[in-house]
Amino acid sequence: MVVIGVGNEFRRDDGAGPAVVARLRDLAPPGVRLVVTDGEPTRLIEAWAGAALAVVVDAVRAAPSRPGTVHRFEVAGPGAGPGRAASSHGLGLDDAIRLAVALDRMPGRLIVHAIEAADLAQGPGLSPPVAAAVGAVAQAILADLGPYAEGR
Amino acid sequence: MTHKNERVLSVAELARVEGEGALYVRTSGDRVQEVRLEIYEPPRFFEAFLRGRAHTEPPDITARICGICPVAYQMSACAALEDACGVTVPGRIADLRRLLYCGEWIESHALHIYLLHAPDFLGYASGIEMAGQRRDLVERGLALKKAGNAILEAVGGRAIHPVNVRVGGFYRAPSRAELAALTEPLKRALDGALETVRWVAGFDFPDYACATQDLLALSRPGTYAIERGTLATRSGLLFSAGAFDQHVIEEHVPHSTALHAHLAGGGRYLTGPLARYALSSQWLSPLAREAARAAGLGETCDNPFRSIVVRAVETVYAVEEALRLIAAYEPPDPPAVEVPPRAATGHGVTEAPRGTLYHRYQIDADGLISTARIVPPTSQNQAAIEADLGDFVQAHLGLDDAELTRRCEQAIRNYDPCISCAAHFLELTIDRS
Repeated sequence: MVVIGVGNEFRRDDGAGPAVVARLRDLAPPGVRLVVTDGEPTRLIEAWAGAALAVVVDAVRAAPSRPGTVHRFEVAGPGAGPGRAASSHGLGLDDAIRLAVALDRMPGRLIVHAIEAADLAQGPGLSPPVAAAVGAVAQAILADLGPYAEGR
Repeated sequence: MTHKNERVLSVAELARVEGEGALYVRTSGDRVQEVRLEIYEPPRFFEAFLRGRAHTEPPDITARICGICPVAYQMSACAALEDACGVTVPGRIADLRRLLYCGEWIESHALHIYLLHAPDFLGYASGIEMAGQRRDLVERGLALKKAGNAILEAVGGRAIHPVNVRVGGFYRAPSRAELAALTEPLKRALDGALETVRWVAGFDFPDYACATQDLLALSRPGTYAIERGTLATRSGLLFSAGAFDQHVIEEHVPHSTALHAHLAGGGRYLTGPLARYALSSQWLSPLAREAARAAGLGETCDNPFRSIVVRAVETVYAVEEALRLIAAYEPPDPPAVEVPPRAATGHGVTEAPRGTLYHRYQIDADGLISTARIVPPTSQNQAAIEADLGDFVQAHLGLDDAELTRRCEQAIRNYDPCISCAAHFLELTIDRS
C-alpha cells in the first residue's frame, strides 16, 4: 500500500497533499509507504508501482471554488480501459493515469482525495479552510487503508 | 481589437515543458516584428524567502524550486555557501556529489528525451500517445530514468528532494556495497543509453543553426564539467563563479517577470547541452565520443533540434561516469566537513541538466543569509530562445496558424526549458497583421 501526497509545500495550498502525508507519519499502519512527490507522471507511476492500493492526495482548483471541500473518488484499475480511467477533476493526475494505463502500470486500486484550494501563490503554509481539512482527509485515508492492513 | 489581416492564436498551455510559460509572436506582412517569451510569476520569491535563514538551509529550501533538478540546486547552493565560508570539500565528497549529479542528469535527460521531445519527431501529440502506440520505446526511457533514480536514492536518500545532502557534504555516506548494487542496473542502462543515441540519431532534423552564437558552460580540462569548474564561453572568456555578476548582466524586460541575461560587452548566449558539448566534447569518454560521432555530431553542434542527440550522448557519459565513480568509490569519512559560518559572500556554479545554475549568498556575522541570488539556466536562455523563435517563425510564415503554433511549441522544447524554475503559466499567441 502506498499513500502519495502530491504537491509543493512552497505553493501554499498546493502543500495540502504533503501536509496530509506528514500527518499520517505517526498514524499510518506498518507496511504503508508514504511518499511525497511533485506529481510528474513518471514519478507517480514509480511511486505506486506494484501497489495493491494506492491513495493519492492532492490539491485541486475548482470553479466555483469552495476551499477546503474534499472530494474522494476511485479511479478504475487495470483492465478497465482508458474510457473509465478518466477525470481526476483536472488534477494533473490525468496524465499519470493515462500514461499508466498505456503502460499497464496502474495500481490494483487507486483512490484519490482531492482538497479544493483557496490560494496557490508562492509561499509556505496552508490557508485556514485547507489546513482544517487535513485532519479529516488523513482519517479518511486511514479508513481506506484499514481493510488492507487487517487482511494481512 | 484585431485588424482584418491579423491572425491571433491562443493555446492554453504550452505542452510538455516542465511547468508552464507564455509565447507571443507578432508579424506584419511577411516580417516577424516581435517575439516575446512571457513569464508571469515573480521569480524572486525564494531569494526573498531565504533572507534571515541559517546558512545551512539553502540546499533544502532551494531544492523545492525545481521538481526535476533538485540536486542541481543543492549542489550550486553548497558550492556558494562553502565558497563564502572558505571551505573546499575533500575529493571523496566531491566525487560523491558528482555521482549524485550523474543520477540527476540521467533521470532528467531520459525524461526529456523520451516523454517530452521524441514524440515531436515521431509525430505523436504526446508522450502518452507514444506510450500507447510504442510502449517499448517509453519502457526503455523509463528504465533509463529508473537507473538515474536509483543513484539518487542510494546517494541522496530519496529520489524526490534528496535529504542526504548538507553543506559540507552528506549526512551519511553510502557503503561500498550499497553503491556496488547499482552496478548491474547501470550496465544495463548503458546499453539503453547507447540504444537511445542510435535511435534519436535517425530522427528527421530540420536544417537550422542557432541564431545565438555564444555559449556558456562550466569547464574543467580533463573532464566533462558538472559539479565544479571555471566558467567558459565559446567567445574565449574564462572566469570564476565569483565573477559571474561582472560577466553576466541580467535585465528586466517590460513584458516579463523573468530577467533577460547577456554577456557584459557582448550579447545573448545559450547555456545547456549544446554549450557543454561545444566546450568540452573532447573530454567525453571514448564510448560517448564514438556514439556522438556515429550519430553524426561533429565537434560542436549548432542545431538546437539536434540537442536531443547531445542529451542522449550526455546520458551515455553520465551512466559511464557513474559506473566509474562507483568502481573507485571510497566512502568519505567523515561524510561531511564542518562549515562554520562567517560574514562573507560566496558564489557557486554547477551544471544542471539544462545548463549553468548560479547561486550567490551573502552571510552576515550571525551566520544568517542576508541576500540570495539565484540565476537558473532557463532564465539565462530566455533571450536566445526568443531570438531563435523569431528566426524560426520568419522562415515558416507560410504555415497555417495551427501548424505554426505546434512547430513553435516544438522549437521551444529543443531547449528543454524548465519554466517552473523561472515562472509558472503559459499561453501562446500569434498575432499576424
